[in-house]
Amino acid sequence: MNKRPVSKILASSLAVLTVAASQAAMAARDHISIVGSSTVYPFTTTVAERFSRATQFKTPVVESTGTGGGMKLFCQGVGEGTADITGASRRIKQSELEMCNENGVDVVEVQVGYDGIVLANARSAKRYNLSRKDIFLALAKEVPNPDGSETLVANPYKTWKDVNPALPNTRIEVLGPPPTSGTRDAFVELAMEGGCKKFGWIAAKKSEDKNAYKAICHNIREDGAYVEAGENDNLIVNKLVANPDALGVFGFSFLDQNSDKVQGSVIEGEQPTFDSIADQSYPVSRPLFIYVKKQHADVIPGMKQFLAEFTSERAWGEDGYLADKGMIPLPEERREQVAQNVRKMNALGNLAKKQ
Amino acid sequence: MTDLSQAQVRERIEQSLARRHRKEKLFRGLGIASIAFGVLAVLVLFTDIISKGSGAFVQTAVQLEVTYDAAELGIDTVDEESLTWANFTGVVREALRERFPDVSGRSEKRELYSLVSTGAPFTLRDRLAANPELLGKTEKVWFAADDDVDTFYKSLDDSAGGFRGRTSERMAGWVEQLAESGELKKRFNTTFFTNGDSREPEQAGIRAALVGSLLTLLVTLALSFPIGVAAAIYLEEFAPRNRWTDLIEVNINNLAAVPSIVFGLLGLAIFINFFELPRSAPLVGGLVLTLMTLPTIIISSRAALKSVPPSIREAAMGMGASRMQVVLHHVLPLAMPGMLTGAIIGMAQALGETAPLLMIGMVAFIVDVPGGVTDPATVLPVQIFLWADSPERAFVEKTSAAIMVLLSVLIVMNASAVWLRKKLERRW
Repeated sequence: MNKRPVSKILASSLAVLTVAASQAAMAARDHISIVGSSTVYPFTTTVAERFSRATQFKTPVVESTGTGGGMKLFCQGVGEGTADITGASRRIKQSELEMCNENGVDVVEVQVGYDGIVLANARSAKRYNLSRKDIFLALAKEVPNPDGSETLVANPYKTWKDVNPALPNTRIEVLGPPPTSGTRDAFVELAMEGGCKKFGWIAAKKSEDKNAYKAICHNIREDGAYVEAGENDNLIVNKLVANPDALGVFGFSFLDQNSDKVQGSVIEGEQPTFDSIADQSYPVSRPLFIYVKKQHADVIPGMKQFLAEFTSERAWGEDGYLADKGMIPLPEERREQVAQNVRKMNALGNLAKKQ
Repeated sequence: MTDLSQAQVRERIEQSLARRHRKEKLFRGLGIASIAFGVLAVLVLFTDIISKGSGAFVQTAVQLEVTYDAAELGIDTVDEESLTWANFTGVVREALRERFPDVSGRSEKRELYSLVSTGAPFTLRDRLAANPELLGKTEKVWFAADDDVDTFYKSLDDSAGGFRGRTSERMAGWVEQLAESGELKKRFNTTFFTNGDSREPEQAGIRAALVGSLLTLLVTLALSFPIGVAAAIYLEEFAPRNRWTDLIEVNINNLAAVPSIVFGLLGLAIFINFFELPRSAPLVGGLVLTLMTLPTIIISSRAALKSVPPSIREAAMGMGASRMQVVLHHVLPLAMPGMLTGAIIGMAQALGETAPLLMIGMVAFIVDVPGGVTDPATVLPVQIFLWADSPERAFVEKTSAAIMVLLSVLIVMNASAVWLRKKLERRW
């Protein structure tokens, strides 16, 4: 008797909930669902917007989940509740591909372009001229003994001049993303490991003991020379302006947009520019991918048209709108090859076989 | 001690009085200093946000003389189908070439075309759709300028001089030329309030996020308020005091302190994976935020019920009312103001949440304004986060402007809490 009003309110709220829930479950998904890397996000969203304007399809929903998080959602399985496309700022890992295949997902790989990673400082300071070896020596946790013997010592370098006499006598201070970031992964792999390999005896370790090799080349020092400045690249740009002695690590599009505030360091004689990244002469650039769920291509409305838009010359071409947004296009033949692969929807087999 | 003369006593008292007054002054001073510090922090925050964000409420626009040439558009009649594939881009470009006839060469033309927003063709399409008789006619139309031009033109007023960045020498020249002849001006940015998100800063707006926030809060309020109040009434008025109710109380207090991301994970597991509700939907967002705000509402509702004097209950019982009548007729109306305040504070907290929404897919790029609780949507704080993370320079001011919108919604909510309390409150 006493509890009636409570149970009434509870019952009516539950009723509302179930009705809403069953309605939602019945409605078929009429938009494309895209997840994945925050680096690819600006480009997929650009295409999504243009696509929805040019066609009658609904605007795809693009979530920014990070490459790894995106892969997890994408490989969950096949069906309306799962994502159709995921963006990645690195290639899919063998383990991820296996997870996908186990859940019955056929993956179509689409390389869409490149992204440069820059090491920049404030315009008020002098532009740095670095090699990948300098970067490795300045930032690694352990470096080859300066006396020339083939042993490792904890990184003793305090200033850039210690690393290389040609560099200025300023304290090493690099602001960069935390380990969860794809930009950090790519920076470590391309810049640090690139420099690390220059030492013959370390490179020789790669075939003998891969883990030891990775530990040497991929571990960043933790004594304050490398500052984890968060995932937000705009924040790093602003910190660089406030502190002209520091260098920052971020994606090329942020350099492009803030060219009045910061300048990209020259790496191995190449300045990070649109052209030097496109022709691969700038050494620290990474490929960007989107991965498509083959089973969804004919089921979710607009998938084929969306992919056609993404791989059209006006989007990813040299003068396309994605280039305007800071994505570096692939060479022409590669574009044709990838576009053809997308049209045929060739699923990715074993990673070892390709490339 | 007893032989102290009256004068001595007086002297001692005066001494201690002076000391006590000094202490009181110091205490007051500290209080004023801490308030001053708080006010200063708020002032700095507000001036920073307002100085950065006020630019977003105006937009640079370019006036062009366009001809709705049927041949250029490639259509004969104006109907829905022809409008979708008509070449409005060509018309806009033609208008730009006419305005600057001496532009030649590919790269120069590209720069010329990039003066106006990529949304310009759609402005034209909408105009023609609304007035089909314009076909074949010429008129002057204001278009939103490209975000690079917008940033450059706005920065001309800065003491530091113009931000050239991505605008070339030539483009800057055109902008100056247009500004001199009055074909380029700043206007109020209605787009910011009517559009959803966009990759082009000049077309990006807050509407989709605002509507998403409202829908999410609606679901949250509709569920958490009745459930919370019902739970509070039962626990406070009916439940026996024993170990079980103690356990429940401890758990409720505990839940109020759980980090919000945990609720997001729970929502992902239950609502999306088990009940298969759609991702990115305000319905799921509202459900997750309900879980999060329930403890706050229960705790504040119980406090409100407790503050109703027992004499009211006793008087009602003495008049022969049943316990349910006591609660519904007497206690609940008196406790309502406190409950509403608690609910509004809980809602304000829910409005500012992003972490749990990440897990259920509401951290997303949403262009279309959601029409219902199952449409994909995002919320205001997420929009702020996404814009703050964007490389385009023009998003800096949009970010601050979005913060201003969020703050004003919060101020309205909190002010209404105060107003409701004032209006409904009964004093004894």
